[in-house]
Amino acid sequence: MKKQESSRRTQGPGLSGKLSSYFTRHAQTFFGTLGQLLRAPFSMLMTAAVIGIALALPTGLHVLLQNAQLLSGELEDATQISLFLKQSVNEDQAKRLVNKLQNMQEVGKVRFISREKALQEFKQYSGFGEAMKALQENPLPHVVVINPAIQQTSERDREQLLSKLRDLVQVDTAQLDVEWIKRLYSIMDMIKRGVWILASMLALAVLLVVGNTIRLAIQNRRDEIVIIKLIGGTDTFIRRPFLYTGFWYGLFGALIAFALVMMALYLLSDPIKRLAELYHSPFNLSALNLESAAVLFAAGILLGLSGSWLAVGRHLKDIEPG
Amino acid sequence: MIRFTQASKRYPSGHDALSNISLHIEPGELAFVTGHSGAGKSTLLKLIALLERPSRGQVLVNGQNLARIKRRQIPYFRRNIGIIFQDHQLLFDRTVFDNVALPLIIAGHPRAEVGRRVRAALDKVGLLKKEKLYPITLSGGEQQRVGIARAVVHKPPLLLADEPTGNLDPELSSEIMNIFREFSQVGVTTLIASHDLELIQKMQARQIILSQGRIIDDGVSAGAEQAP
Repeated sequence: MKKQESSRRTQGPGLSGKLSSYFTRHAQTFFGTLGQLLRAPFSMLMTAAVIGIALALPTGLHVLLQNAQLLSGELEDATQISLFLKQSVNEDQAKRLVNKLQNMQEVGKVRFISREKALQEFKQYSGFGEAMKALQENPLPHVVVINPAIQQTSERDREQLLSKLRDLVQVDTAQLDVEWIKRLYSIMDMIKRGVWILASMLALAVLLVVGNTIRLAIQNRRDEIVIIKLIGGTDTFIRRPFLYTGFWYGLFGALIAFALVMMALYLLSDPIKRLAELYHSPFNLSALNLESAAVLFAAGILLGLSGSWLAVGRHLKDIEPG
Repeated sequence: MIRFTQASKRYPSGHDALSNISLHIEPGELAFVTGHSGAGKSTLLKLIALLERPSRGQVLVNGQNLARIKRRQIPYFRRNIGIIFQDHQLLFDRTVFDNVALPLIIAGHPRAEVGRRVRAALDKVGLLKKEKLYPITLSGGEQQRVGIARAVVHKPPLLLADEPTGNLDPELSSEIMNIFREFSQVGVTTLIASHDLELIQKMQARQIILSQGRIIDDGVSAGAEQAP
């Protein structure tokens, strides 16, 4: 071992020369593999497109999910509080309460639903109309529906307002209508996990696509590998161009995925805007942000590199001269 | 430079390619290994280049016991050997220059030095003007000379050639042999496997004759035995 290293030193170039030529070689391999791929642009694009589509799917879903989260945030601002008044409160007292509430600073919009109107609506929409006729008297209370003022956005503010409203003498119960938002959140958590599962499976697919492409490249260059091994090329030296090829596939795949997602968002943005206008919402579909784009490119490159690493590790050992 | 001590090679198929070989080749020596095909010439060279490992006995090259060289270290060991093949083993998608430069690039030599050394090697084999051509456009003799240039470009102390004149006519063959002699004259140990007895006689060099995996004669050819 010692003897070998000393003979290496006398035979090989100096350290500084070695270092500078090391970087030169890397740069040459870096651009050399790019040139090699571009000389067969069609087959390269085919592979990159498969990778691109596989990466675009989870990325696109991620962007939509992010938008859904933004949207649900807006919805949460529109939380309503329902005040169910005591049965003893009559309509005049209720209307006075409505006036009082309208003057409160924390309260935005106030809507009054009289017990008669509530019953009417209930008969109409619940399908229990006939059953209701059997009732001697109207069991429903007067209801006041309140939208908190725009300033009242934090959860604590809302809780404070809620307890204040509960303390009013006319009020039987006050209910914050957040149940449906909680449900929406848990549905979105589920979808988020689904996107992760899908992303993992597609990442595996990318790994296999790159691995298989590199495996074919190794088979095509079998003779070259044998010759390089015969004249003293290390595994690292032989591996290098294949790893860079994997890198390029990952990068081009990510680029295609980026383009696909941007295109899809562009196509969706108009209809979504129109839909939002119908709901009087200023909601606008937001594009792929910088962080997500960085993750997309990093993931593409990493998958390309690891795919080729796996292929090279598996198949390079099989090729030995002799 | 090369020392075999009771080395044998049996292939997994059960074929005994070499049996009990002991021989010593001095630094700077020019020697031929001859014998019929299947006599074990190629296996002998393969053991030296660590393309195969002996089943028994030991092989020392340049003072190194090859049994101690691990798989990972083989590339560094091979950089001390120039190997020439009967079928040239050139890369046909690269120019003559790039083919010859490969050992230097593998060893990580700086660019300027690569150019200088490649041209020196090509000059030595008389192909300086063809550096930009692709090997496919060259004749068989020229391709073999590219192979030789590639084998010597990194100035290895040991040169191995397996039937280097196998496909060449007599005139080209003796030209190639003269190139080998020049290298041995500047101190490169050169071992050539060949069955071209006529040519070897002319070279007046040491001749190791193998038959069925055993050394049956070892001495300077110097007209001692005339080829039939």
